[in-house]
Amino acid sequence: MNSSSGKGSMSTASSSAAWKAGDAVPEQFPAGLRVLVVDDDQTCLMILEKMLRTCLYEVTKCNRAEIALSMLRENKNGFDIVISDVHMPDMDGFKLLEHIGLEMDLPVIMMSADDGKHVVMKGVTHGACDYLIKPVRMEALKNIWQHVVRKWKDEWKDFEQSGSVEEGDRQQKQSEDADYSSSANEGNWKSSKKRKDDEDEAEERDDTSTLKKPRVVWSVELHQQFVAAVNQLGIDKAVPKKILELMNVPGLTRENVASHLQKYRLYLKRLSGVSQHQSNPNNSFISPEEAAFGPLSSLNGLDLQTLAATGQLPAQSLATLQAAGLGRSTAKSSIPMPLVDQRNIFSFENPKLRFGEGQQQHMNNNKQINLFHGIPTTMEPKQLASLHHTAQSIGNINMQVTSHGAQSFQNNSLLMPMAQPQSRGQVLNNSTVGHAPTLPSSMGQPILSNGVAVNVSPRNGIPENIRAPGYNPVSQTSSILNFPMNTASELPGNSFTLGSTPGISGLTSKGAFQEDVNSEMKGLGEFLSSYDTFNDLNQHKPQNWEIQYVGMTYDASQHSNSLQDNLDLMQSVLVQQGFSSGQVNGQNRSAAVVRKAMFSAGDSTEHVNAQNVNQHLNSLVENTIRVKSERVADASAANLFPNHFGQEDLMSALLKQQEGILPAENEFDFDGYSMDDIQE
Amino acid sequence: MERNPMGRQLAIMRQSLFDQGYLDEQFIQLEELQDDANPNFVEEVVTLYYRDSARLILNIEQALERKPFDFNKLDDYMHQFKGSSSSIGAKKVKAESTLFREYCKSGNGEGCTRTFQQLKKEYATLRKKLEAYFQMARQAGPMETACRPK
Repeated sequence: MNSSSGKGSMSTASSSAAWKAGDAVPEQFPAGLRVLVVDDDQTCLMILEKMLRTCLYEVTKCNRAEIALSMLRENKNGFDIVISDVHMPDMDGFKLLEHIGLEMDLPVIMMSADDGKHVVMKGVTHGACDYLIKPVRMEALKNIWQHVVRKWKDEWKDFEQSGSVEEGDRQQKQSEDADYSSSANEGNWKSSKKRKDDEDEAEERDDTSTLKKPRVVWSVELHQQFVAAVNQLGIDKAVPKKILELMNVPGLTRENVASHLQKYRLYLKRLSGVSQHQSNPNNSFISPEEAAFGPLSSLNGLDLQTLAATGQLPAQSLATLQAAGLGRSTAKSSIPMPLVDQRNIFSFENPKLRFGEGQQQHMNNNKQINLFHGIPTTMEPKQLASLHHTAQSIGNINMQVTSHGAQSFQNNSLLMPMAQPQSRGQVLNNSTVGHAPTLPSSMGQPILSNGVAVNVSPRNGIPENIRAPGYNPVSQTSSILNFPMNTASELPGNSFTLGSTPGISGLTSKGAFQEDVNSEMKGLGEFLSSYDTFNDLNQHKPQNWEIQYVGMTYDASQHSNSLQDNLDLMQSVLVQQGFSSGQVNGQNRSAAVVRKAMFSAGDSTEHVNAQNVNQHLNSLVENTIRVKSERVADASAANLFPNHFGQEDLMSALLKQQEGILPAENEFDFDGYSMDDIQE
Repeated sequence: MERNPMGRQLAIMRQSLFDQGYLDEQFIQLEELQDDANPNFVEEVVTLYYRDSARLILNIEQALERKPFDFNKLDDYMHQFKGSSSSIGAKKVKAESTLFREYCKSGNGEGCTRTFQQLKKEYATLRKKLEAYFQMARQAGPMETACRPK
């Protein structure tokens, strides 16, 4: 089965009877990685597909290089990585490799039964990021995500280099921090990048022409003028020339308008796509918020949006986040940037510009800019600050952002991504959750991003559980586990159990939107209002999320119940992890992923082996919770993850937070942001 | 592991395939991919392999009938065939493929022909054995189908 651009196609493919509920399952990077496999050998193709699916990747197989190329061209952001055979009848594998490198700049892995040195060398010289010898083993495929991450990192680095010193520092910091988080982060990056890619792709063509022109900042007023003009003309008839005339803004060029229009269209499209999801029963309670957040979600960094909305994220961070979220740090300066009175943002832009110019047309640049679009220009400093916090949680997406000078953000992003593997918007979703500003960046990140969505169980439930340091790990786990599970069953696949917390719901729903965030922030005005809403929403118990999430994750790993339980847990966990139910696709994908995970876990033992499942869940959860355990000194929590970084620490950190103690602040790299600010 | 004679029989059959060198590690990879969602994955893959590779066998045969040999083409075909065969863990077939390619590279037409005959034999033998294995697996019941060392 060939999945399309990863829109929940996996769900159908991987649905299994064992799964009870729920679709929306957040993906955990590297799960959900969208792989395109090209091989004329049907047998190999079938095997590879199955292997990749087992790795929880989203697979599209293709036995003709030409078809693969057109697939890639049609949907530039539809894939994260390509695996191609060397010997193919219709096109040489290396030729395909060249094309992909030039046109899409995706990581490409070559495969061949030939292990001759010269062939391998050829792969290297043609730019393959790896070379696999057939027969390919599962182990080899499991780690292909590293190439995706590496590419992001490289781009990020480039971006960083062209950025300000501050940004550079931030980036460095992130890079350093992101040892374990990198994989998780990557997922976010990828997602955000993917999103951005979509946007940027469209933008780029337009922007290329304006590359050399002075940057136009699309302020709120300007955007409103633009929207008014568009509405007057009718969205279908709105052509840049006419819009320009109507707007009558001196200094504004047709190209500026054209690129902005492009973004606006994508944004609208995304909105309409999102609204479809709103009917999702799971997200019913979130719907209203979703609507509000819709515009926000369009911001590439959904998280950014929410952050901005909540005013927790400083504009800069938001911008950077968005930029990061967009996925490619190379921002084409030609894209008008929203008027964000943040030096960082602009400096962010600058690097992007430089980067973009240096790049071979990466839409990424555009994407970056798109991010900015969403940033409300009227963000108050306080808002910005909170945004920043939020940004931290969003960290996942903001890998790139960090480069732009969002220090805390960066840290967070490193951490964040860990928790949120979701590729594509999912990461964004998590980011939006950013509620957990209270959580120390290191800790909060994964939790935050995850936690936002994770609010599976009612806040009340989890915090209590978590609060009990003295809890027997097992019991704690089970209680927590049960809790979410119950919740999950009540709201199958509904990651927004947060319902109790409007803010949370809003956030989670935001997350959903994030998935499709095309980084088009056309409606600045809308965004602004959304932000306000977000602000209110976000103010609510960010901690809860975190804790809940943590609890969830712990439970997941610790739970030694039946596979089914685990499945439920995973579902809820995953769901909570920011899969706005609105995003059917994402959900399906996530669900599929989780199912697969569960299956893999279960299957391996041929029986429901709780242990295996737990292990599996553990690893899954683990990935999501990449907390700087070392930071958390307190090890009161039960040994939920015996072999991993201190869940206990995490627990205690969370607990402390709950109790109003903010040790994390000091413990976790919460740069310059006191928890107090976040905790309203 | 096998509680019933069928299961035991199946296990023995399976083990002998490995012991006698017909199958290698890769086959186990396939087995590990089999799950509830794809309970007959291994058989499906093997079936696909035989169907797909038949075309290649035919191509090689035809190429071997044209004199002089186009060694590049032969090598190319065999390369594909080898890749396919190795992906299902067909050890002996793969070995013959490698040998064939060696002869191609050294331009040894006689070696190619000889090796190809041997290859076809192994190819056919494996098919029979696997068919018997899958049949037994079906009889032994779904429980035993994926009986693999854990």
